Amino acid sequence: MSYLEYSVKYTPSGLQKIFYLNWPLIILLTAVASIGFLMLYSVSGGSFSPWAEPQMKRYVLGLTAMFIVAMIPIWFWRNMSVLAYIVSILLLVAVELVGVEGKGAQRWIDLGFMRLQPSELMKVTLVMLLAAYYDWLPLQKTSRPLWVILPVIVILIPVALVLKQPDLGTSILLIAGGGLIMFMAGVHWAYFAAVIAGGVGLITAVFQSRGTDWQLLADYQFRRIDTFLDPATDPLGAGYHITQSKIALGSGGWTGRGFMQGTQSRLNFLPEKHTDFIFTTLAEEFGFVGAFSLLILYALIIIFCVVSALTNRDRFSSLLILGIAATFFLFFAVNMSMVMGLAPVVGVPLPLVSYGGSAMLILMIGFGLVQSAHVHRPR
Amino acid sequence: MKRPTRDTAESHKLITRRSLVVGGSMAAFMGLLGLRMRYLQVEQADQFRLLADENRINIQLIPPSRGRIFDREGRVVAENVPSYRITLIREQVGDMELDEVIERLGQIVTLDPNEVEEARADLRKVRGDTPVTLADRVSWEDISRVAVNTPALPGVTPEVGLSRHYPLGPDYAHLIGYVGPVSDRDLEEIDAPDALLLIPRFQIGKIGLESQREDTLRGKAGSKRVEVNAAGRVMRELDRVEGEAGADIQVTLDNALQSYTAARLEGESAAAVVMDCETGDLLACASAPSFDPNLFVRGISVANYRALLDDKYRPLPNKAMQGVYPPGSTFKMVTALAALEAGVVDPNETVYCPGHLRVSNRRFHCWKRAGHGNVDLHRSLRESCDVYYYEMAVRTGIDKIAEMANKLGLGIEHELPLTSVSAGLIPTKLWKETSKNDDWRVGDSVNASIGQGFVLASPLQLAVMTARLATGRSVSPRLVKSVDGVEQPVNRGEPLDINENLLREIRDAMNAVSNNRRGTAYRSRIIEDAFRMAGKTGTSQVRNITAAERARGVFRNEDLPWERRDHALYVNFAPIEAPKIAVSVIVEHGGGGSKAAAPIARDITLQALYGGEPPLEAYPAADRDRIREQQERLRRARPVADDGSRDRA
Repeated sequence: MSYLEYSVKYTPSGLQKIFYLNWPLIILLTAVASIGFLMLYSVSGGSFSPWAEPQMKRYVLGLTAMFIVAMIPIWFWRNMSVLAYIVSILLLVAVELVGVEGKGAQRWIDLGFMRLQPSELMKVTLVMLLAAYYDWLPLQKTSRPLWVILPVIVILIPVALVLKQPDLGTSILLIAGGGLIMFMAGVHWAYFAAVIAGGVGLITAVFQSRGTDWQLLADYQFRRIDTFLDPATDPLGAGYHITQSKIALGSGGWTGRGFMQGTQSRLNFLPEKHTDFIFTTLAEEFGFVGAFSLLILYALIIIFCVVSALTNRDRFSSLLILGIAATFFLFFAVNMSMVMGLAPVVGVPLPLVSYGGSAMLILMIGFGLVQSAHVHRPR
Repeated sequence: MKRPTRDTAESHKLITRRSLVVGGSMAAFMGLLGLRMRYLQVEQADQFRLLADENRINIQLIPPSRGRIFDREGRVVAENVPSYRITLIREQVGDMELDEVIERLGQIVTLDPNEVEEARADLRKVRGDTPVTLADRVSWEDISRVAVNTPALPGVTPEVGLSRHYPLGPDYAHLIGYVGPVSDRDLEEIDAPDALLLIPRFQIGKIGLESQREDTLRGKAGSKRVEVNAAGRVMRELDRVEGEAGADIQVTLDNALQSYTAARLEGESAAAVVMDCETGDLLACASAPSFDPNLFVRGISVANYRALLDDKYRPLPNKAMQGVYPPGSTFKMVTALAALEAGVVDPNETVYCPGHLRVSNRRFHCWKRAGHGNVDLHRSLRESCDVYYYEMAVRTGIDKIAEMANKLGLGIEHELPLTSVSAGLIPTKLWKETSKNDDWRVGDSVNASIGQGFVLASPLQLAVMTARLATGRSVSPRLVKSVDGVEQPVNRGEPLDINENLLREIRDAMNAVSNNRRGTAYRSRIIEDAFRMAGKTGTSQVRNITAAERARGVFRNEDLPWERRDHALYVNFAPIEAPKIAVSVIVEHGGGGSKAAAPIARDITLQALYGGEPPLEAYPAADRDRIREQQERLRRARPVADDGSRDRA
């Protein structure tokens, strides 16, 4: 594909493309990342090390990657979709073989300069492949069973590999993200109704399997679900995370306890305070005002993406932007639900804010694709 | 290739429609997240703020230092010495296994397996934030080693605490008692225990003065609020409320005299009481053998405790106050005074003693088989004629004797802050009817007249009796001189309401007991005129010598097994002209009072009156060599307490 598919009036080229980037989106992303720096600075007790400084460096790296990706025409990325997907799958398989164990799960490949989490990469490449697939597929075939099963398989292969690590959070995000793209591409309602019904059935089966030898989830995952359902049963054990996180959030009140004054995080009551639970520190120190502001920023990012997608006549571009936005939404929605006690603790970071190298880099590459679609949209 | 426009437009419409649905759902979900934030952070904020404070703020008790105990001169009797111990707080162990921490600690310092076992039991019982002692009385070197290694030992804290110490050890064991760690039994007995008591191994008074004056000595706990991190490590102190140290107590006892008395009794199963005649202050009060209370503070080993229980000389009870004995002839002053007051006899009237008296078909023997012949009051006491008192008992009746005994402080419980002070027993007709369900017989009176039969008295009571005879006032014993510097009231007592002339007759006779060549205690007299004493010997039978034994010819005490020999007693006051102290001594199964008890009482009396070691000139010439030897022996056994231990009191 190229502009040849559309009747276009104007095509930016070379460094001119910079003026056609979605600048409000970049500013929003930087604002959110800055909140992250601030919180990482705070949780380390007012110090740039060990978290705030590397995070800033990574953000600059991510921003650079975003620009590079944005400069390359979107159709190149569309043509790369299948290859990117296959590479991701191979990396996921490799992680099984040579992966580094972390927190009871095999998730990383040590590349020397950074630790690559292939499941993170998968989130973006899956979106790319699905968008490319529905771009290629004639509209009238979209809801035919055979053409529905194909993307389902494309989704389930990485899901199976990620589940094996085991990483429940990412598997759920992959299924949900893939499902959302299929839905937005126009697959018939009935399929989703069936899948949701099936999902409920599966959940029932998962709980039924508990304690038998065909148990479908690891014990720690069951325990997380248990403590989500009733954190009070084990406030010092497995329920500790949720309980302490709610205490931190709640004690923030309207305006919070002040920058670097959060007792819960400063005194280490918060678990994973620099990664998955960083939102609680924000909520504790800046209160409802701070937490809600972050939510607004996230909402604005989603809105800018959706607007960009809907004004784009290219089907691949629209679906890609919507898919990245959906994945982004799922990230922060699941993370926030988790720390606020609305969802079980599944180990999903808060996008752009949580400390973590590969997640941020890959997310920025994802937004690079969004920018590329924005810059190279048919005008 | 160009896509058909229709397809593109249609697909765009579809995507727009669908993404608006998805976008709407996202917006709805974000609204839900916002509402949840509002709920947690605005509506529930106060509750969570409280929880956060509960998280970070720990209230720690500061144990008060226990009040010290001093003797009447301000010398230390019980003090607090720093003791190093290693404690463990379960909550702070964190991810490591408890056993692993204990094992690591064991590699750094040697732990007593028993203590560790006990600590494990405590750890299971107490709240997670309570420190449990892993090792007590640790050396400074060990404590330093643990302090250096604390990063590798989460939850382990080297601590400096105060522990009770009794520098004079066994000398005061029976009076002051000892402290020990709070036990579950202790807690059960207290309705609303002080939070302090919940600190494992907090020391409280277990027995004696330590236990009876616990409230005074304990003080009030202070508290501090500290900010802790999730691992429980204290980050900073927020504020503190200082506790109140326990009040110091000064006892009426005199360290030097107490130590001397305890030393003088050593080797016997005996007790002695020295009391100030005027004020009732107990100057010394010893029970032998004794035990080291410091062993109990540490927690005595089973073997040591068993040894104390099995000792036939019974080291644990305080014989001076808990122990009751038939007072024997020391009771004769009571019978005599009762008879004189009742007017049934005149001091100069004589009674013929043929060696026995027949009362209602039973022969009651005098200790002197041959008899004393004609005996008046003076001679009856001096030579301790029994028949005279049999006669007096028959004439006077038991109830009047009992009344006199009570007046003199026998058969009543003297109030002292000690765990058990015995009331002894002075029988009356009513008493026998109610408790024995039997009629009083004349023979009972006859037995009681010489302090046998049902009569029981403690050495303390006998000392009180002697003091009252000496002063004519109902003086009562006092153990606590001052509390927190405030002098406690002295009970000099009311005049006894006994004819002073009769009392003088008794005192004269007691003088003769000690200072008349024919007195029963003449051999244990005091030569120094200013300190001469008046006394009375007593020899009380533990059980009657059976007819069979008499037939076998067993008359002498020495021939009987120890536990069936007579008790030896002696009571005295001195100096005669202006009585200052009253002394009573009992030597269990010691044989005759004049031989076993009187010399001890004389030595103690001299020691008390001289305020130290008396010159040999105070002793009868014949005794001096033996006394010199004895003094040297006691000096060696007990170096005189240096005055360096004199403390501000």
